Amino acid sequence: MTGVAGERAYADLAFVQRAPIGALPPPLAMRGPWGWLRANLFSSAFNIVLTVVMLALIVWIGKSTIDFLFIDAVWVGHDRTACMASEQRPHVGACWPFVWERLNYFTYGSYPIPQRWRVDVFFAMLAIGVAWLLWLEAPRRDLGALYFFVVLPVCSFILLSGAPALGLETVDTSLWGGVLVTVVVSTVGIVVSLPLGIVLALGRRSRMPAVRLFSVIFIEFVRGVPLITVLFMASVMLPLFVPEDLTPDKLLRALIGIALFASAYMAEVVRAGLQAIPRGQYEAATALGLKFWPQMGLVILPQALRVTIPNIVNTTIGLFKDTTLVFIVGIFDLLRTIEVARIDPKWATPVTSPTGYAVAALFYWVFCYAMARYARHMELRLSAGQERR
Amino acid sequence: MSEKTTAAAMPPPADKPVVELIGVHKWFGAFHVLRDVNLTVRRGERIVIAGPSGGGKSTLIRCINAIERHQQGRIVVNGVELTSDLKRIDEVRREVGMVFQQFNLFPHLTVLENCTLAPIWVRKLPKAQAEELAMQYLKRVHIPEQAKKYPGQLSGGQQQRVAIARALCMNPKVMLFDEPTSALDPEMVKEVLDTMVELALDGTTMIVVSHEMGFARQVANRVVLMDEGQIVEANAPEEFFNHPQHERTKLFLSQILR
Ligand SMILES: Nc1ncnc2c1ncn2[C@@H]1O[C@H](COP(=O)(O)OP(=O)(O)OP(=O)(O)O)[C@@H](O)[C@H]1O
Ligand SMILES: [Mg+2]
Repeated sequence: MTGVAGERAYADLAFVQRAPIGALPPPLAMRGPWGWLRANLFSSAFNIVLTVVMLALIVWIGKSTIDFLFIDAVWVGHDRTACMASEQRPHVGACWPFVWERLNYFTYGSYPIPQRWRVDVFFAMLAIGVAWLLWLEAPRRDLGALYFFVVLPVCSFILLSGAPALGLETVDTSLWGGVLVTVVVSTVGIVVSLPLGIVLALGRRSRMPAVRLFSVIFIEFVRGVPLITVLFMASVMLPLFVPEDLTPDKLLRALIGIALFASAYMAEVVRAGLQAIPRGQYEAATALGLKFWPQMGLVILPQALRVTIPNIVNTTIGLFKDTTLVFIVGIFDLLRTIEVARIDPKWATPVTSPTGYAVAALFYWVFCYAMARYARHMELRLSAGQERR
Repeated sequence: MSEKTTAAAMPPPADKPVVELIGVHKWFGAFHVLRDVNLTVRRGERIVIAGPSGGGKSTLIRCINAIERHQQGRIVVNGVELTSDLKRIDEVRREVGMVFQQFNLFPHLTVLENCTLAPIWVRKLPKAQAEELAMQYLKRVHIPEQAKKYPGQLSGGQQQRVAIARALCMNPKVMLFDEPTSALDPEMVKEVLDTMVELALDGTTMIVVSHEMGFARQVANRVVLMDEGQIVEANAPEEFFNHPQHERTKLFLSQILR
């Protein structure tokens, strides 16, 4: 040992190292799963308490949820009797037969049963369009955009509302419902609000006073009014001013209301992104001779939208959930169909409502989480593209 | 600069004016930034503008491509007078290249895309032709191997050379430089100045705002001193540096050369 001691660096004396010191593994307390637990969960008294409390909470909530959804759940049955608590079965969980039986209603609303294949085709076409657009390595994304923004809306409209000339009987929108309505309303809302929001955001920064004034008034007016009010105005007040036979369809009115409402919020999100772009970018583009639209489209917006992706997705998720408000004006979205089904006397039990709401929660959570994950993926990908600024 | 080239060795400027400023005035609100500026730049001429901070140098050259608008006087670029007519402004911007202190490259585009953007969208060149042109100019600023990288992956000096190539891709009649080396670390200043000297030797018409007096001595036909929005003195570099006439020029030179 004395030889080793002789090697040590004594800083107060002149010292020249004779042999380099190799890397050693960290002490046991820092290694392996135990090291991880120590560092992350049990590093202090407060952390230990927190860990224990959280663990208890997770176990308690997790167990009740699993009990309700699976362990105590009823899987087969034909009506409410299957899901009622009894002497032999004091604890009853989710009433799944109710969901099986009403699944079609939740999906299509009152859409005529023989015509429901049309909705299925619509879902499939939409899924293709979304995948084509969101999958960045997909072939021919230009065609994908054309398909999504031109072919899909036209085909969907014909398919869903009908065209007697093509042998598709007309289906009144008052019969539409469930997932169909939720998907239509949110897709239209999202797809319309982004471009419209961009235009409004650019308008708000325009040098033309009239354009700027219009954009500011529109944005501030819409943001100052709750969505419910917008929907009421669209469905109740519009018919008062417009003659009966010129009044557009109820669903269409709600769609327009939601799209305009979302545009105002999107505009503010995009504006924040535009403000983050340094003035030098505008000047360089101007100096190169790029006019307003190419300048925006090629230089400013690609950068602005990139920094805004998290906020755009955030707004989109909000919009997706806000679409449930259309039930106020008598439109049967998913949540509304569940609301109607759960009070059906045929299935009236204490567990019917929680089961229905669990289905709604699962549906909304899956879609919102998918959006959030996709946004995260995009962010990572874009930031990897160009290392430091 | 190590090269022995001086203004005398360079081709004499042709007679046709590329930029003419006649009695130009500009105000920012109530603040009179440019006061009766008169300057004629002929084809092949190289003008260096120097002067104390806030003297209006940037404002002046930004008026030449209408990034800033003047309120009085005339600015004629390549025979086109800048008025409120947007067509003319576009026409002028197509013929004027500009290099900024902060480079202002587009960070979301590769070096090559930065260079081809304006040729494709403003000059309407086919993509292949624009890329060929861009590669030609990237070679000229000695960084063709960086074409596929993003600006953020380059050093400051390399970025500024890309910015020069990007402006050159539009085949401008005149190049404007606003303190192109002031944002650079000292070891990168030389590579950018060398590139600019090469451009000067090729006969490019240049208006350069710079405090690089070595560069001014080496390539300028005329050095202009601006202070408080006015042209205080303009002269050939030898005269300007060796026999300054105006008090402010003497003061400025004594400060900058120490
Ligand atoms: N957009 C603007 N609005 C108001 N004042 C401005 C604006 N731009 C510049 N100025 C003022 O005009 C004056 C001239 O500015 P300019 O940038 O042209 O000076 P400069 O000679 O380029 O100085 P520097 O060497 O610091 O770059 C300064 O006093 C500046 O504060
Ligand atoms: Mg300046």
